[in-house]
Amino acid sequence: MTQATPDVGGVPPAAAPPSRPMDDDGRGEGSSILREMLESSWLVSFLAVVIALVLGGVLIAAADPDVQRTATYVFARPSDFFGAIWSSVASAYAALFQGSVVNLGAPTFERAIRPLTETMTVATPLILAGLGLGIGFRAGLFNIGAQGQIILGGIFAGFIGFTFSLPPGLHLLLAVFGAALGGALWAGIAGVLKARTGAHEVIVTIMLNNIAVFLVAYLLTTSAFQRAGSSNPISPPIPSSAQFPLLLGDGFRLHLGFVLALVAAVGVWWLMERSTIGFRFRAVGENPHAARTAGMSVPWAYVWVMVIAGALAGLAGSAQVLGTEKVLTAGVAASFGFDAITVALLGRSRPLGTVLAGLLFGALRAGGFAMQARTGTPIDIVLVVQSLIVLFIAAPPLVRSVFRLPTPGDTTRKRRRSTSRPAAQEVSA
Amino acid sequence: MKRATQVTALAAATMLALAACGEAPGEDPTTGTGGEDVESVDYTACMVSDQGGFDDQSFNQAGFEGLELAEAELGISAFEVESTADTDYGPNIDNLVQQNCDLIIGVGFLLEDPIQAAAEANPDVDFALIDSAFSDEEFNLVELANGKPLLFNTAEAAFLAGYLAAGVSESGTVATFGGLQIPSVAIFMDGFVDGVAKYNEDNDAEIEVLGWDKEAQTGSFTGDFENQSNGQNLAQGFIDQGADIIMPVAGPVGLGAAAAAQSGDARIIWVDSDGYLTTDFGDIILTSVMKQMGPAVFDTVEEASAGNFSAEPYVGTLENEGIGLAPFHDFEDEIPQELKDQIADYQAQIISGDLVVESPNSP
Repeated sequence: MTQATPDVGGVPPAAAPPSRPMDDDGRGEGSSILREMLESSWLVSFLAVVIALVLGGVLIAAADPDVQRTATYVFARPSDFFGAIWSSVASAYAALFQGSVVNLGAPTFERAIRPLTETMTVATPLILAGLGLGIGFRAGLFNIGAQGQIILGGIFAGFIGFTFSLPPGLHLLLAVFGAALGGALWAGIAGVLKARTGAHEVIVTIMLNNIAVFLVAYLLTTSAFQRAGSSNPISPPIPSSAQFPLLLGDGFRLHLGFVLALVAAVGVWWLMERSTIGFRFRAVGENPHAARTAGMSVPWAYVWVMVIAGALAGLAGSAQVLGTEKVLTAGVAASFGFDAITVALLGRSRPLGTVLAGLLFGALRAGGFAMQARTGTPIDIVLVVQSLIVLFIAAPPLVRSVFRLPTPGDTTRKRRRSTSRPAAQEVSA
Repeated sequence: MKRATQVTALAAATMLALAACGEAPGEDPTTGTGGEDVESVDYTACMVSDQGGFDDQSFNQAGFEGLELAEAELGISAFEVESTADTDYGPNIDNLVQQNCDLIIGVGFLLEDPIQAAAEANPDVDFALIDSAFSDEEFNLVELANGKPLLFNTAEAAFLAGYLAAGVSESGTVATFGGLQIPSVAIFMDGFVDGVAKYNEDNDAEIEVLGWDKEAQTGSFTGDFENQSNGQNLAQGFIDQGADIIMPVAGPVGLGAAAAAQSGDARIIWVDSDGYLTTDFGDIILTSVMKQMGPAVFDTVEEASAGNFSAEPYVGTLENEGIGLAPFHDFEDEIPQELKDQIADYQAQIISGDLVVESPNSP
């Protein structure tokens, strides 16, 4: 089993003891990309979002027909060109805001506040899956499998939802439990393979994603998952007894799943920060060799980390199938499993950060619909902005150099030197 | 960050100041594009794609072209939003309703539930849905006062294509495959199989069809409408089994099949649009089973913008030319006149109702 664990960092000998691993100082011995991303400061995360939005603005302007037209005579009359840039970017981002936070121009109060509830609705699966991924990241597991786990959760939730007829409450509870179980089983496969054979979790979870995609596509061709009298690959609608109750009535899509996500965030915080299990997870993530020497079972931790992460991703699937969409289709998971990776990284794998990052991504997505509908800005811009955020978070030195931030070194020696230059930080702030 | 903003603002201000000193351009190319010769009408028609997007070279694009044509010829305003995932449909439709669209057209059966929900919630907005009808909770078909299904009985034209394929096949084996097994795809394959069977019956022949079993409703599918290499591999498999005519019902995936056919000395029957005109494989495309989504969208918009919206389902048939067999183009001389006459005869019989092409996937 010794070879089962990949060397997470070369473990420099003179480093600080792992008693406060991965604390907010971001001090760690590892040099892996994962750790680099987790250790980037909140400031870097924030600035990554800012740069991504600025570059997104450049793309919005470049894609705008008015800008393209005025660019042809930019030297004759630049004011047209810059005016067009300003109006395209401003109107696009205004629509993004109005579509994700509050729309003061709406005819009714309900429509005015609906955007914020849409943001929360879209954020729900991102938060749930992101929480699970965050646990994995802190335990040193790069779990790419949330997509497949969400799909499995959706399959279980959907099947229990539309097949059985049970009293309300119990039906929902059973469907939600089934979703968590489905996700946990799917992720557990990767966990067990990693623990027992050393199969790399990145490879295994990616492959399990593919299997899940084709599994749901196959199931939707069977009559058990189709509507009576139709052979379209779409499940019967979920009956109201198994739906997440709406929180704000019929005019809004926001459902109880969002509350579930917040409760889960608190639960994950307690698990990771206050329980012995969480301590073991973090210890294994920090240094599996040391954890084993201290008498912890590393394979045990890998399996349970994956099971818990999978259960949370499965809950994300239930939020989609039982709450937002109320139906199982092949695309019900959208790309939430992959977006959740970004959410977890942006939130630095902390529950609070994940909730906030999930809301940000929910806002980008919900606002993106309005942006497209009102200004004709392609929705792809939103995807590019999201991708740019990941890119910049993955490259903290790039962000630091753009904003001329001091470089916090990997070693304590460098760190001391950089903190002794507070003046540089002031300039950038 | 502040400094960066300041620098940017200063730069922009400088540019603007310089611009003020410059000469005004001689001509002002700010006139709007298009629609000048058409009187503009205060009517907004909107369209939501499915996750394929409007550039899918397939049915989203075909529907969108109908909307563009309506914008150019009818003087209406058109607006379209693309969906990137199944979860986008609801929010996209909701946003279009907020944008005061008069007519909202959804492309594809996946939009059935969101369109139906929106139609019920917004009785003053008209809706249309391509490739699916609406159904109630017990899955019985329902008619909505403000929801019009646009359906296509493509089995009729595919029947003629199957008959043609059987008639010109030299190897005695023809093939078809689909992208996903959904009714709007399988209906092509049903018609194709029936056409070949009819040829066998008429001529006491034994032409074999690979890729689709109409009785069992099982066959070959590539799994999506995107991955062309899957289409190429599947088509190559058919060619290796002796097929010399292949009908891919898979949008752009069919291009992969055409590539395989080109190197394997086989021919293609294209679907949806006239492949001779829309693809680079005109020299191997025998004919195409056309599904005229653009004209159907155009007609719907025309009626609705004139105040004559009708929720009555539109079903494209050979009779109303909502579907049809494309010209043979390069193969005009190669196909025996006798076969052409027989196909024309069957077309007339289908139109008159003497011959009914049945398919479990018919709308």
